[in-house]
Amino acid sequence: MQVTLKIFRYNPEVDKTFHYETYTLEAEETDRILDLLEKVKGYHDGALSFRRSCAHGVCGSDAMRINGRNMLACKALVRDVGNRITVEPLLGLKVVKDLIVDMEPFFDNYKKILPYFINDSPLPADGRERLQSPEQRARFDETTKCILCAACTTSCPSFWASDQYYGPAALVTAHRFIFDSRDEAAAERMHIIAETDGLARCHTAYNCTLACPREIPITKAIGELKMATITGKVE
Amino acid sequence: MANVHQFDVVVVGAGGAGLMAGLYASRTARTAVISKLYPTRSHTGAAQGGISAALGNYEEDKPEWHTYDTVKGSDYLGDQDAIEFMCNEAIDAIIELEHMGLPFDRTPQGRISQRPFGGHTNNVTGKPVRRACHAADRTGHMILQTLYQQCLKNKVTFFDEYQVLDFIAVNGKAAGVVAVELATGELHTFHAKAVIFATGGHGRIFEVTSNAYAYTGDGAAILLRRGIPLEDMEFFQFHPTGIYKLGILITEGVRGEGGVLINGLGERFMPKYAPTVKDLASRDVISRAIYTEIREGRGVNGKNYVWLDVRPESVIKYAAMDGRTNPDGSPYTITAEQVLQKLPDIIDFCRVYLGVDPVTQMMPIQPTAHYTMGGIPTNKFGEVVIDSNNTVFSGLYAAGECACVSVHGANRLGTNSLLDLVVFGKYAGLKAAEYAKHADFEKLPQEPEAEAKSQFEALRNGSDKENAFDISTEMKKVMFEEVGIYRNEQGMKRALEKIAEWKERYTHIRVQDTGRIFNTELLNAWELGNMLDVAEVVAVSALNRQESRGGHSREDFPQRDDANWLKHTLVWKQNGKINIDYKPVTITNYQPKERVY
Repeated sequence: MQVTLKIFRYNPEVDKTFHYETYTLEAEETDRILDLLEKVKGYHDGALSFRRSCAHGVCGSDAMRINGRNMLACKALVRDVGNRITVEPLLGLKVVKDLIVDMEPFFDNYKKILPYFINDSPLPADGRERLQSPEQRARFDETTKCILCAACTTSCPSFWASDQYYGPAALVTAHRFIFDSRDEAAAERMHIIAETDGLARCHTAYNCTLACPREIPITKAIGELKMATITGKVE
Repeated sequence: MANVHQFDVVVVGAGGAGLMAGLYASRTARTAVISKLYPTRSHTGAAQGGISAALGNYEEDKPEWHTYDTVKGSDYLGDQDAIEFMCNEAIDAIIELEHMGLPFDRTPQGRISQRPFGGHTNNVTGKPVRRACHAADRTGHMILQTLYQQCLKNKVTFFDEYQVLDFIAVNGKAAGVVAVELATGELHTFHAKAVIFATGGHGRIFEVTSNAYAYTGDGAAILLRRGIPLEDMEFFQFHPTGIYKLGILITEGVRGEGGVLINGLGERFMPKYAPTVKDLASRDVISRAIYTEIREGRGVNGKNYVWLDVRPESVIKYAAMDGRTNPDGSPYTITAEQVLQKLPDIIDFCRVYLGVDPVTQMMPIQPTAHYTMGGIPTNKFGEVVIDSNNTVFSGLYAAGECACVSVHGANRLGTNSLLDLVVFGKYAGLKAAEYAKHADFEKLPQEPEAEAKSQFEALRNGSDKENAFDISTEMKKVMFEEVGIYRNEQGMKRALEKIAEWKERYTHIRVQDTGRIFNTELLNAWELGNMLDVAEVVAVSALNRQESRGGHSREDFPQRDDANWLKHTLVWKQNGKINIDYKPVTITNYQPKERVY
C-alpha cells in the first residue's frame, strides 16, 4: 500500500523556523512507523534525524507524536495509524533537530525524586536477599515497567505549562520506590513530591495513562501517591 | 585540541557491564562513563528471561552444576577457570543486585523466584532445574534501571550521547579515547589512565536479529583497527525463538514456563533432537532443529517458521507427558492469568507486532541473530589480553558482550549474558581503578583526534556513487544467509568476496547531512564501517574453523574435532591483512565429551 508521511523538519543550522516535508512511500500494513522513518532517511533525505535503538518498545528512544498522539515509533504500526501519517517531535521539550528533543529537563526532573533504592539498615545476617512477599512485590509491579521514554510527561498539559513540574514519569518512579516494602526513604520522597512542582500540578487530565506505551496506569499511581501524602500512610 | 577531559578511568558504554564497571571504578578512581545512548536505552534492557545463579530457592542446586552446564553449553570451548569463577561469583552478584533494590519476583517464602531455562540441569538427574532469577520477562530492564539508579545515587559522571570513535594508546599503554558529542558534533578527547570497553555486540550485521540498532560492534571494530585481536568471532548465537521476520526476541522463559515448539504438521519435534530436556535444550541445538524441520518441509505452510505454543491447555498436556511437577511434587499446571503475569511483555509484543494472542494462539517464530560469543579477548579480571600467551595490554579492559573471557565458548547458555556483565563489569571496574591508582597518565599524542577526524572526513567527501543503506541491507542479507546458522565453504567465500566489494563501495559513500548537530547520518555511516570490519572477521574466522561446534555449524565439517580445533581463534588486522593465530582452551575439571541433551 501507499502511505503519505508528513514529517516535522527543523535543522537549527539552516532553518529559521520549522516546516513539514511530505513523502510518499510503499509500505506494508505491518511496517512500524520507525521502519518508514528509516526508509526516508536511507533513500530520500539522509539528514532526517531521530533517535532509535531497540526497535521493539523497550528502550524508550523513539517517543514522538504520531497523528497527534504520543507513541513509540517502533510500536506504532501502519495498520494502527492509517495511511496518512503525520510525525512530529514531543511537545513541551525544546526541539533540537527534526524529531529530536532536548531530554535534559525530563531527566533533571527524574533525578529530583531520589530515583534509587534506599535502605541503610543492616543486611540480612544470612548474607542473602531481603525478604519480600509476592503480594508486597506485586504492589509496585506496574510502576517498575517505566522505560523513561517521556511519552507521558510530554503529553501532560501541566508539563506544557511548566517544565518545572516533575511530570508523570518522575512520579511513576517515586511510586515504584515508595510502595516497595524494602525501601526506607518513602517519607523523604513524599516530602519532595508534595512540593509545589510535584503532585499538586497533576489535574488528572489522564493523557499520561493514554500515552504510556508500557500501559502503566499512571493516573492511578499518581492518585495513590496523592492519597498517601494526605493520609500519611503507604498502603 | 579544544575539548580535553581527564579521568583516571573511562568506561565506554553504559549497559549492564559499563554501569557495573562505572559503579565499582568510581568508588576509588575519578571515573567517566561515556555512552552513545542515554544509559537506560542500552540493550541490556531488552534481556527478558532471567539471570542465573545456583541460589537453590526452590530446589537443590549448586555452583558446580551451573559450571558444568556452562562448560557443556559452550561445547567445551569456554575457559573452565573463568566459568568456575563466574558461577561461583553468581550467588553474591545476584544478592548484591537485590540489595541494590532490583525487584525480582518472589517465592511464596519471599525469596528470589527462579525458573527453568535451556541447558540448566540437575547434574544428577539430568532434569531441568530452576536457576534463572527473574523479574517477570523484563529482567534486563530491571537490571539496567537498577544499575543506572545506583550510579546516580553514587554520583557517577556520565557523558550521555557521546559516540566514542577511537582508542588512544601511547607506549603500549592505554591513554584515552576520542568521542564526538552528538548534540554539537564536536570532538572530545578523554585522557585516561585506564579505559574499559563495554560496548555490546554486533548482531546488526545480520538481517533477522533481536539486537538493537545500536549493536554495530563499535568497540570491537575500534580496537581491531588499533591492532588488538578479536577472539572466537565465528561463534554467534542464533536464538531459536524470534518473532517471524522481525526477529524480536521471545524469551526462552516461555519454554521455561512450559511452552513447546510445534512444526507445520502439528508435531512437537524437540524430543527427536534432545530426548531428555526437549524444548529446554541449548539454543544452538534448538535453532538447528528448527532449521532442519523447515528444510525437510515441516515449516508452517511451507514457510520459514514454526510455532511456539504456550497456550495453557498445551502446556498442561505436554507437562503431563513429560512428568513435570511443581516443587511440592504436584503435577505442573498453568492458567491464562499466570501466563499473562509471568510473560506480560511477550504477550504485548505478539499482540502489537503479530496481532496474535499467545494465550489462545500459537506464535510464529524463527531463529534470530542474538548474541556475540566472541569479541575482545580478556582474562577473568576484564584485562584485555592480546596474544596466544595472554599478554595483558596495560590499562585496557573489556567487559560484557563485547568481550570474550571466554565463558560462553561456542554457545552461551540463556541467562549467562546478564550474569557475565554483572560479574565481569564489576571486576573490570575494580581492576581498572586499582591499575589507575599506581599508573601515570601517558602523554597524549600531538593530535589525538586525527584518526577520528579523517574517518569522518572520508564519509563527508566520498564520490557519492554509493548509498550506505544499500550496502547495509545487502550485508545483512548475505551474512544471515551465508554466515548464519548453517555455513559452508562456498557460501562463506561468496560472503567474503561480497565484503571486499562492500568495503570498496563504502569508500564512495558521501553523507548528505553537512551539519554538525545530531548528524545521525554520519554516525550511522561510521557504524556501517564498523559492521563491515567486524563482519569480515566473523566470516574469516568461520571459514577458517573446519569443524562444527556450538553456534558454528559447518555443513562440510559436521563433526566437532577436538584433536584439531579445541582452541580459541585470534584474528588481527594489520596493514589491511588478516592474520590468524590460536590459543589453548583452559580445562580444569571437565574433559570434553559428546554433548547430548
